[in-house]
Amino acid sequence: MPVEVRAGEDVLMPELGRAVLVVALGLLLYACVAGAVAAVRGRRRLLESARNALFASFGAVAVAAVVLLVALADHDFSVVYVAEHTSLELPLGYTLSAFWSGQEGSLLLWLLVLTGMGAAAVALNGRLTRDVLPWTVPILGGVATFFAFLLVFVASPFATAAAPADGAGLNPSLQNPYMLAHPPLLYLGYVGLTIPFAFAMAALASRRTDERWIVATRRWTLASWTFLGVAILLGAKWAYEEVGWGGWYAWDPVENAALMPWLVATAYLHSVMVQEKKNMLRVWNVVLVAGAFALSLFGTFLTRSGVINSIHSFTQSSIGAWFLAFIAVVIAASVTLILVRLRLLRSPTRLESLVSREAAFLYNNLFLVALALTILWGVVFPLVSEAVRGVALTVGAPYYNFFAIAFGLPLVLLMGIGPLVAWRRASLRALGKSLSWPAGVALTVGVILTLLGAGSSPAALVGYTFAAFVLAAIVLEFVRGTRARRALAGESWPSAFAGLVGRNRRRYGGYIVHASIVLLLVGAAGIGGFGKTTEAKLAPGEALRVGGYELTYLESGERRGANAIEARARFAVSRGGDELGTVSAGKNRYLAEEQVSNEVAIRSDWLRAEDVFVIVNQFDADGSVSVKALVNPLVNFIWLAGLVFLLGSVVTMWPDAREQRRLERRFAYAPA
Amino acid sequence: MNTVAVILAVLLALACVAIVARPFLREPTTEDDRLTDLPAAEQERLRLVEERDRALAALKELEFDHRTGKVSDDDYRELVGPLRHQAAQALRALEPRAAPGGRAVPREDVRA
Repeated sequence: MPVEVRAGEDVLMPELGRAVLVVALGLLLYACVAGAVAAVRGRRRLLESARNALFASFGAVAVAAVVLLVALADHDFSVVYVAEHTSLELPLGYTLSAFWSGQEGSLLLWLLVLTGMGAAAVALNGRLTRDVLPWTVPILGGVATFFAFLLVFVASPFATAAAPADGAGLNPSLQNPYMLAHPPLLYLGYVGLTIPFAFAMAALASRRTDERWIVATRRWTLASWTFLGVAILLGAKWAYEEVGWGGWYAWDPVENAALMPWLVATAYLHSVMVQEKKNMLRVWNVVLVAGAFALSLFGTFLTRSGVINSIHSFTQSSIGAWFLAFIAVVIAASVTLILVRLRLLRSPTRLESLVSREAAFLYNNLFLVALALTILWGVVFPLVSEAVRGVALTVGAPYYNFFAIAFGLPLVLLMGIGPLVAWRRASLRALGKSLSWPAGVALTVGVILTLLGAGSSPAALVGYTFAAFVLAAIVLEFVRGTRARRALAGESWPSAFAGLVGRNRRRYGGYIVHASIVLLLVGAAGIGGFGKTTEAKLAPGEALRVGGYELTYLESGERRGANAIEARARFAVSRGGDELGTVSAGKNRYLAEEQVSNEVAIRSDWLRAEDVFVIVNQFDADGSVSVKALVNPLVNFIWLAGLVFLLGSVVTMWPDAREQRRLERRFAYAPA
Repeated sequence: MNTVAVILAVLLALACVAIVARPFLREPTTEDDRLTDLPAAEQERLRLVEERDRALAALKELEFDHRTGKVSDDDYRELVGPLRHQAAQALRALEPRAAPGGRAVPREDVRA
């Protein structure tokens, strides 16, 4: 039953939140307009003033974020957002995570990260990109103005109403520890892609298309790409444990929304090396940067607009039209700017040979972008079919799986071949010599796996053979590099190895990232090619068998949890007569939310790298349960891939004092 | 609207205005309010330094690829000459120029 809005300090908070967002909007609008005027007219103090407005906007948005967090922690149900996404019984961690669980809070998080990252990027690169910055500030200000406008006029997190006695609670699917980290990381990734976009477009606008915008944004791009990659895997882990269908990636539109910009950013991270080494692909690189940014906006639009039906889309709202309009403006402005400055971007260098490192990067780019576009078509096809034929036809997993294999396997192969090919050109003889070891290892692995019966899944067998090829190529690269360095400097093996990686962090960190993709492939092929599933209705004492395991249903019961009634069925797990313990699976009935969620049981065997996965679909009145049990072989390689990916990314991004000194000398400008 | 909220918001807005107006408050009048663009000579130096670094990196990469067996002896002999020439040209183009502030381009910079 609604009660009156409480007077006093509770009302203070939302009003303060609304006011500071208006202040932030004013500051960002000023940064955009004054920055553009300063850039066009060449006014120094006006540019400094616009830059200060960008810095100050971060402070204002941070205050708004604190206000929302306080309202959440305080259970201030007079704030509609708090009432709609939390309840009195919701544990504190999830109460605070409601900040990014709804549309308005997510937009506020977008703006907070954007103003923070934008201010930091401008502050840190003021000297390096001195003549690019006049356009960077208004572009960052323009993007942030859009989000501030939405927060002030369309979707305010500080709207108030008569406070109910209790809130509606948080969607049960979001009450999972992975949801504490997945959305913020995803947003760091999405928003971070604004930085290379802003600098690239500013470089075009200011006609300064040399390498400085690339140097200035290198770590920002890598960091955003890392955040996005880790967020995708955390989202997969969440889906595996929480959604409870037994898989890890379902080609859901919102999952795809994060994958598309990641794929395009991956293409950029490879092709930008060709620009740095050979001064080629200059147009292509700005297209990729703009594409990754537009796709990150599209991802936010998909997640937040409710335009596409998805288990990950937790809202139906009216911001979709605004987002579509903004995406259209971004694409139109980017295309126009690139076309207008095309002459400046023309590369003086040409591809010397189709068998070279730069050619391998080009092929890799084509496959990555083709995969991203194929996924994009699958995501938008239901909208197109509805608009054209009036029927929303959905695109299923077979479509995505086909293209993931068709484009993914050549990409994996290129991960092995690319590092072994020389820049400029390589003779087929030298290439054949380099490839002989990895190819030999791959063939041996393929034959052994066939003899072991892995041929039951041809796609998985090919995947494992390719994975062995790539791993062997990576090992070969490390060994040959260490040996060459040892011969050159007369160092011991460990110090030669450390020196090799330390002085070429991007290259060898990249190889570690490649190894993580191989681990991901091993896990995905394992669960996709060799997974086992069994369903049965069991009475107490009865058992089912799946993939060499036996699950005996022992008993079921209910207990009161923190904010839900938890019904659980207990099973004894054994394999080959060995007792392996018990697991419990069931359902939670959330009281405030009035929703039911599946709570699966997962028993991981780290030595065999497989999971026993138990889902209880139904509890019957006679004490029996309907059970679905799966054995997911090698699935843990997917999560291990996440850790290796993170390690590789950190190695790649780790600051290199020698490189820093070199860049400082290179860009030591004459005093103004 | 709550009075305390109004006061806090106004204080925050005033602080923001002060930050935004700071460049004009610090320099109410100035003889030169133009944004200093990079001088043409400096832009040219940047271009040449980029070329030099690219040429030297290519040479270094070729040496490494040759040592690790990615480039055969024949390919190496064929490629190294033009690359050395390119690097020498890039170095020569920078040689007569003084680095910013009149100092010569440091040797380690050339080695980079």
